[in-house]
Amino acid sequence: MIEVKNLHKSFGEAEVLKGISTTFEKGKTNLIIGQSGSGKTVFLKCLLGLFNYEEGSISYDGEIFSELTEDQKRNLRSKIGMVFQGSALFDSMTIAENVMFPLQMFTKQSKSEMQDRVDFVLKRVNLDNAHHKMPSEASGGMQKRVAIARAIVNNPKYLFCDEPNSGLDPKTAIVIDNLIQEITDEYQITTVINSHDMNSVMEIGEKIVFLKDGLKAWEGSNQTIFRTDNEAVTNFVYSSNLFKKVRKMYLEENQ
Amino acid sequence: MTYLYNIGSYFLMIAEMFRKPTKWSVMRTLIFKDINDLIIGSLGIIAFISFFVGGVITIQTALNIDNPLIPKYLVGFATRQSVILEFAPTFTSIIMAGKVGSFITSSIGTMRVTEQIDALEVMGINSLNYLVFPKTIALMLYPFAIAIGMFLGILGGMAACVFGGYTSLENYILGLQTDFDTFHVIYSFIKTFVFAFVLATIPSFHGFYMKGGALEVGKASTTSFVWTSVVIILLNYILTGMLLG
Repeated sequence: MIEVKNLHKSFGEAEVLKGISTTFEKGKTNLIIGQSGSGKTVFLKCLLGLFNYEEGSISYDGEIFSELTEDQKRNLRSKIGMVFQGSALFDSMTIAENVMFPLQMFTKQSKSEMQDRVDFVLKRVNLDNAHHKMPSEASGGMQKRVAIARAIVNNPKYLFCDEPNSGLDPKTAIVIDNLIQEITDEYQITTVINSHDMNSVMEIGEKIVFLKDGLKAWEGSNQTIFRTDNEAVTNFVYSSNLFKKVRKMYLEENQ
Repeated sequence: MTYLYNIGSYFLMIAEMFRKPTKWSVMRTLIFKDINDLIIGSLGIIAFISFFVGGVITIQTALNIDNPLIPKYLVGFATRQSVILEFAPTFTSIIMAGKVGSFITSSIGTMRVTEQIDALEVMGINSLNYLVFPKTIALMLYPFAIAIGMFLGILGGMAACVFGGYTSLENYILGLQTDFDTFHVIYSFIKTFVFAFVLATIPSFHGFYMKGGALEVGKASTTSFVWTSVVIILLNYILTGMLLG
């Protein structure tokens, strides 16, 4: 579980996060949503320790991140898997080498053990025959799946995804969403997804944190989001006519 | 103030580069890869430039000696001194600031833009040690490349001298052997080691701390070339004053 208390982050005069408190639960897909500029990416980077913050605390299963030494922070980070928006695969390595990289860095496994694990996770993300391809030879969807495989190869306790569906067609986006949810359930990890994809919100948002202007404006789940009368949320989530209709139908069916 | 901030950041980067070392099995592979990219990959251009510049130095010297009292072997002497003391260590390093330096800045800068450095940091890897340290170690072999440059420069001078008919082979070799001081070669290699460190770290600094997108990667490469060249020229002056002055 990740617990965030009163998180403040500024860039010069501009205060981007204005005191966010929430928890991200283990075994659940936790979504951070909000408009562009609401502070989602800054919040995620604070959670990952890539940005320092001025006030507040973030604790990972009771360990307060800011109180850890640099070595302890690095050890904690080795338990984190991250799927970047642009996948962030290493250009100079093949797909198999990319996935094997965390194992080479953090385990003492033999080459054959690492190879077996790489085969297993690549199969798990439905990429059995892509071992020797370079990232540049893979499609956007394949790159995302490789990034997921790399993120889970070392059995992380926490999985972070920054807009995992951006730039993908709707069908591939659903495949990625389902894959993330299956992995979260299967390995009972704490998954935090930064997204503004409404399909993801409805499909896998077991917990949803809505940010507006650097503040937590609402939190709930993909079930309660249909019933909320929070104006900021409804304006954002149900901005399209399609989603307005979906909401209406849901509320009529569940009255 | 920005200059002071950048100088401070540069030295902090160097200190950070030695902390939390990457696993040796991984580091070894990175060092060999960087030796191949930075040293082996530069031998062709170093050989080509050294050979022909050596030839040009010889021709220029020979053409400017028209006083019959000046011995002909001076052509070989002047070529040797020019190549060993300045051309091979300093001017080759300026050329390498363009070739190797731009490569380092653009490759690290692209990793920054595409979040690959963030990916390393999130995994708990000391990205500076992972990216910059192997390049620094690989460039410690740079003096070998410069030694080849020295040899080929003198050889190019000899070829120009003999085939151009400026002086005899015997005179050229006599000039090469005249007043030879071993310390000049040592001085040259000391400079080369210092320049190698500059060639590895300044371009890495500009790539690692760049912000923006593809356009900024190009700008960072240009800035890195300018600053690497400036630092090499300044250090050349300081080291020459300290070691030969």
